Amino acid sequence: MTETQEINLEELRHLVSERALTGETMLLNMGPQHPSTHGVLRLLLELDGEIVVNCIPDIGYLHTGVEKNMESKIFQKAEPMTDRLDYLNPIGNNLTFCLAVEKLCGIDVPPRAQVLRVMLAELERLSSHLVWLGTSALDLAAMSLFLYTFREREMILDIKELISGSRMMTTYIRPGGLWRDVPVEFEAAVRRYCDVQEARLDEYEALLTNNALFRDRTIGIGVINTQQCYEWGVTGPVIRATGEPFDVRKIQPYSGYEEYDFEIPTEKGGDIFSRYMVRVREMRQSIRIIRQALDKLPFGPVRSNNRKFIPPPRSELGTSMEAVIHHFKLWTEGFHAPAESVYMMNESPRGLLGVYIEGNGGPTGHRIHYHTPSFVNLQILPLLSKGHFVADLVGIIGSIDIILGDCDR
Amino acid sequence: MGVEQKLGNMGIATTTLEQAVNWARTNSMWPMLFGLACCAIEMMAAEAANYDMSRFGMELMRASPRQSDLMIVAGRVSRKMAPVLRRLYDQMPDPKWVIAMGDCASTGGIFNNYAVVQGVDEIVPVNVYVAGCPPRPEALVHGILILQEKVRSEHLSQWR
Repeated sequence: MTETQEINLEELRHLVSERALTGETMLLNMGPQHPSTHGVLRLLLELDGEIVVNCIPDIGYLHTGVEKNMESKIFQKAEPMTDRLDYLNPIGNNLTFCLAVEKLCGIDVPPRAQVLRVMLAELERLSSHLVWLGTSALDLAAMSLFLYTFREREMILDIKELISGSRMMTTYIRPGGLWRDVPVEFEAAVRRYCDVQEARLDEYEALLTNNALFRDRTIGIGVINTQQCYEWGVTGPVIRATGEPFDVRKIQPYSGYEEYDFEIPTEKGGDIFSRYMVRVREMRQSIRIIRQALDKLPFGPVRSNNRKFIPPPRSELGTSMEAVIHHFKLWTEGFHAPAESVYMMNESPRGLLGVYIEGNGGPTGHRIHYHTPSFVNLQILPLLSKGHFVADLVGIIGSIDIILGDCDR
Repeated sequence: MGVEQKLGNMGIATTTLEQAVNWARTNSMWPMLFGLACCAIEMMAAEAANYDMSRFGMELMRASPRQSDLMIVAGRVSRKMAPVLRRLYDQMPDPKWVIAMGDCASTGGIFNNYAVVQGVDEIVPVNVYVAGCPPRPEALVHGILILQEKVRSEHLSQWR
């Protein structure tokens, strides 16, 4: 086991101001086990009294080696690892990976699977935003909202369990479609959830939006503008809160997002409150997309018929020798991808999620890389927190909604 | 405790010191508010209204190791996190217990690679392992009940 490394001031000399070296300002360690850092983020703070002079994030406490591990697995077996990157958005991660594999190998996806994918991705966005809303309100001392949002989140988890048998890590979206068709109870469960959630969103807003304490803690705190967002590569609700309608679902639609009628909510302030408003309004838009998808859900297969990439249905294995051969080859050797590289973008609840896959002509990827929104958005934390109180820093960390599994990979 | 029948309603119950202390330890165990990865979300779900861990005397999560009795290692432990985890464990006052929640904390799970500690029992002694990736909140509650069972049956000579 490695020894705990003590950080000495010499190593930090280039990161902190001169005043820290003379002892005029104080250096304070925050994390990695601090409950408000939403995971295992460690921050080194330079404080002048209670004012943050400098904030130095230290990441890597959740480095899991996922990308390297995925390179040694065939594409079907690498997919379950993508679930565990951004653990509040497993379906979105699966979707991005599958879209990239499909683009690399040229696999088609049937229309029913496309609509179901959109519906599930939006459900996952709702569940992620619910966790965000609960935990960041908890950081700002609004305890009851945590209990309410987790109550609604259980409904989404029940739907995910209904379709896949797992509450969080579903691996339900597969290259070429879905694992299997949804059960008959699915539609009624989703419709019921949409009705309940819409009413409950009003309840959350009644608790927070016009709450004087919440507004005092959030308006004008952690301000960033559109120009800075583009300079730092920041995406997602953070850039939309500065008035820029940047959303991959609109600028480069995937899985048929261009067929749905929805808006990209934007706010002008660029502060914590604007980010909160953007996310709450996004949840309403997600419900709108899910309702449209339910109305137009076509019948038909949910998996591509391309037997070189997609395993045959179970029923064929007893009658067709060819199906047995395909099934055996696909699950032992995997399918061969061309030695080309693809990049696929997706709008995760946190922003632009990109996956880069370079094939090597065999069944595994030569290099698989994730461009994750948490990693990019975390960069602006020093920028946002300078000049604010330590207590506001907690709100700022919550508002950029980082997931350390997504950041460290 | 058959003596109260003889004493009537004098308001006195007799027990052994062992039983009384174990009973107190079991029902006021404060877990440490400390999540690592995916399992932490399920731990939060177990804390929230639907599963409500406060039914088992566990609602009071402490952010400071100095005030907590139970460490729930919820998630994968990377090599960088391992020394921190050990330091947190050392800072907890006795008596203390550890639950390894999930496959990653128990055995390394699907991450059999350079970055992840292959089971948190390499670093700290573990009392209960909870399987699942991530375990359902019911599974965590079951793990906690097993731990309470263990604590209840501890003997005076084993006390720390």
